[in-house]
Amino acid sequence: MKAAVITFPGSNRDGDVARALKQAGATVVHSWHGDSELPQGTDLVVLPGGFSYGDYLRTGAIAGRAHIMDATRAHAARGGYVLGICNGFQIACEAGLLPGILVRNAHLKFVCKRQNLTVERNDTPYTASYAKGQVIDVCIAHGEGNYIADAETLARLEGEGLVAFRYADADGKVTPAANPNGSLDSIAGIYSPGFNVLGLMPHPENLIDSLVGGTDGRGLFQSLVGAKRAA
Amino acid sequence: MKARVTVTLKNGVLDPQGKAIEGALKSLGIDGVGSVRQGKVFDIELSTVDKAAAEAALKSACEKLLANTVIENYRVEIGA
Repeated sequence: MKAAVITFPGSNRDGDVARALKQAGATVVHSWHGDSELPQGTDLVVLPGGFSYGDYLRTGAIAGRAHIMDATRAHAARGGYVLGICNGFQIACEAGLLPGILVRNAHLKFVCKRQNLTVERNDTPYTASYAKGQVIDVCIAHGEGNYIADAETLARLEGEGLVAFRYADADGKVTPAANPNGSLDSIAGIYSPGFNVLGLMPHPENLIDSLVGGTDGRGLFQSLVGAKRAA
Repeated sequence: MKARVTVTLKNGVLDPQGKAIEGALKSLGIDGVGSVRQGKVFDIELSTVDKAAAEAALKSACEKLLANTVIENYRVEIGA
């Protein structure tokens, strides 16, 4: 598994996601937003968290139009893996890789805390190491994580099983109280129709080491490396 | 040629920032404030003098970057 982690001006979680990928056995190459091509042999493109372009205009809007995104869209169109985390999810939506948009949290506050998620399905390249319906403990840190899409898009996401993760309580119950940002249907992450693109607001790369209090994030990176091996 | 692009949220899209501003205006005792929706204004200088070309360029700018049409509408006004 060769992963290209893209750094945009203002990305700040590129190092952490690289560490998580390496721990899972991936080879990591760092790429720059101004590059017009991905490194030769890239299997996975990672759009990391951070505050690209200072969140100017709309979160992810300017990064979503960066040169490297043309190559990233072509990679996704060929079935290549693209993982967008937090600001990377916002960038993926703005770049047209995923539908909908992330807007300001409904309560207007930046949230930075531990959060439980449900794994909606485990038959995807990103979640095979988890159990279906498993409740995982991750970190969230965002001000614009409120997922919005029109009714038709939302119905399609739900109908085609493209919701990857939902915000839940510790028992796995998806309730309004467990929704930290007002996202429609408590959506924390979504797939593209081919399940090769995943965008999610939480940071699985934060919890990969028991030294920092949890390892539930590991499964996502292990799943990806396993999916490549199986392919 | 000067132009102004105004980007506003579509009806029905939650606007927590507008709500917060609305609350602040009401707490300042400003009379008659019903509701507030926040938008964005872009003043753009264009090198062209052709109005049709300017309109086409600005429409493209809105569709490609200035507005996200999932949640926003845009309006283009071209000045002198």
